[in-house]
Amino acid sequence: MESKAQPLLLVKDLKKYFPILGGVLNRKVATVQAVDEVSFEVAKGETLGVVGESGCGKSTTARLLMRLIEPDEGAVIFDGEGVGEQHGLSVRDMRRNMQMVFQDSYASLNPRLTIEESIAFGPKVHGVSGKVARERARALLAKVGLDPNLFVRRYPHELSGGQRQRVNIARALALEPRLVIFDEAVSALDKSVEAQVLNLLNDLKREMNLTYIFISHDLNVVQYISDRVLVMYLGKVVETGTVEAIYGDPRHPYTRALLASMPSMDPGNRTTAPALTGDPPNPINPPSGCRFRTRCAFAEEICASTEPRLEMIHPAERHAAACHMEIAGSGHSKAMATSPPKAPPQPQHMGVVA
Amino acid sequence: MAETTLPGLVPDVPIASRGYWSSVFRRLSGDWTTILCLVVLLIIILSAVFAPWIAPADPYKTSVIRRLKDIGTPGFPLGTDELGRDMLSRLIHGGRLSLVMGITPVINALIIGSFLGIVAGFVGGKINMVIMRTVDVFYAFPSVLLAIAISGALGAGLVNSIVSLTIVFIPPITRVAESVTTSVRNLDFVEAARASGAGGFTIIRVHVLGNVLGPVFVFATGLISVSIILASGLSFLGLGVRPPEPEWGLMLNTLRQSIYVNPWVCALPGVMIFITSICFNLMSDGLRSAMDVRA
Repeated sequence: MESKAQPLLLVKDLKKYFPILGGVLNRKVATVQAVDEVSFEVAKGETLGVVGESGCGKSTTARLLMRLIEPDEGAVIFDGEGVGEQHGLSVRDMRRNMQMVFQDSYASLNPRLTIEESIAFGPKVHGVSGKVARERARALLAKVGLDPNLFVRRYPHELSGGQRQRVNIARALALEPRLVIFDEAVSALDKSVEAQVLNLLNDLKREMNLTYIFISHDLNVVQYISDRVLVMYLGKVVETGTVEAIYGDPRHPYTRALLASMPSMDPGNRTTAPALTGDPPNPINPPSGCRFRTRCAFAEEICASTEPRLEMIHPAERHAAACHMEIAGSGHSKAMATSPPKAPPQPQHMGVVA
Repeated sequence: MAETTLPGLVPDVPIASRGYWSSVFRRLSGDWTTILCLVVLLIIILSAVFAPWIAPADPYKTSVIRRLKDIGTPGFPLGTDELGRDMLSRLIHGGRLSLVMGITPVINALIIGSFLGIVAGFVGGKINMVIMRTVDVFYAFPSVLLAIAISGALGAGLVNSIVSLTIVFIPPITRVAESVTTSVRNLDFVEAARASGAGGFTIIRVHVLGNVLGPVFVFATGLISVSIILASGLSFLGLGVRPPEPEWGLMLNTLRQSIYVNPWVCALPGVMIFITSICFNLMSDGLRSAMDVRA
């Protein structure tokens, strides 16, 4: 289908290790492997949901894409142009095409600026005249469902959480971006407001031809809004595929555990056993091989020695998982014995050990 | 502002949206302590400004026969000093120099200190290191000693004591500005401004300054009282203004020898210093709570 078309955003081997400084001389004593060789793509007009536990690198990935933090390695290609590369797209131009909505609706608005000034700030930075920017702000407020006559001169502390998040959405749209990243943008809202905002996002996407990256830990929300899902664990992509593939046929044990932990409306589905026990391992010193093996019920020797690469399971659904059980001939007892003939042997990705 | 009426919307409804400053003012208007302090300070400042017209007598005119008269002596409502000069007139005139020496160093330090602090806090890294560690060096000395040392090195005089007090007040203001800037810099709206492609200077101007100057201003108001006391101290030691200029600290110094003759009159300059500084202190407390958005 769409797979032949050029993706709007292509992320290749994105990597960010945060140094932990310590000691008298502030020397690097350790590194946190926040995002480790993350690759994915986002097609034009789709919504990519990103899920994972706290601390798995979802937000760091978003900030890396916006260049709010500098990546250590990896490439981000926006509509065929490398961001921040020579002859590519400058970071400033990328930021006009890509915007972000933050989780904390209050902290992401300047308390000393009116709503109108906050929304008009971005266009003004990019050379739009004050008058035009203010007009755009009013039009956007109407678009996100806030009466501009009532809200333009208001200050953030006079608004409710839902209203503030609508303002943040308007602010992100003020630069007329093509891709918007939502970093837990609806997580802090209560359920009814959350539903309204989600519907607003769907409407805006259709109206303005937008592409979304939607980061959340709420699996129901991600299922509702996404076309495709990316599951992250400890800075790595463990599974990716269409919403139907991930929610209907999860292959990675971590995705299965995540989905099993999803609250259900059906009393017959009530579970008392936790889907997953323990905390995620310390990202300063992640487990060798497969990072999930310390909490995985199916972990075997191969999981400790070799890091599983992302293996395509179902090309039509673009469903891929990074698990030895899905890699034929990996040596895992649950994997197929031999490699299917169509897949040529690929070099194994060795895990980076701190 | 352009009032574009959008289709399908109610035309302009007058809305009572309170701006930041009007909400500060509203909170302030309920705070009687702060209002009282503001009134007292206003009286002191106005009487200093209009001293030549208000003062009943010439503050320099001496008289050997009417030295150290009591408070309430006819013609001299607050008595006379050791050279027979009218105390009331001298106190009114003395307010001019005392207030100038109290407020000017704080304003100077506010400008220099906020600049240093905002740069250090916003840029961070090595520049922050250099600025903040230099500031720390000044913290090694007690502020009184530092003021005396600098004044002593520069020599006595009004300008020199203002310079020395400015240097004394730059470090604390820099520290406050730096810590506030550091916390503001990490808020999401600064990240959002960066994400919309704004440069550092624009972000400081639009997003940082407004949020940093409030707390720094409140802190600086509190320093005015310290500054008045330090300035008086410098004059008392002979490092500030010289006799026969009326200045509260200097008056306190010269009246010192007469404390056993007429203690009430000798204490008057001290009372003025006390009232002025406590009013500045209480006003800064009031401003602090009124400017807290979340209150």
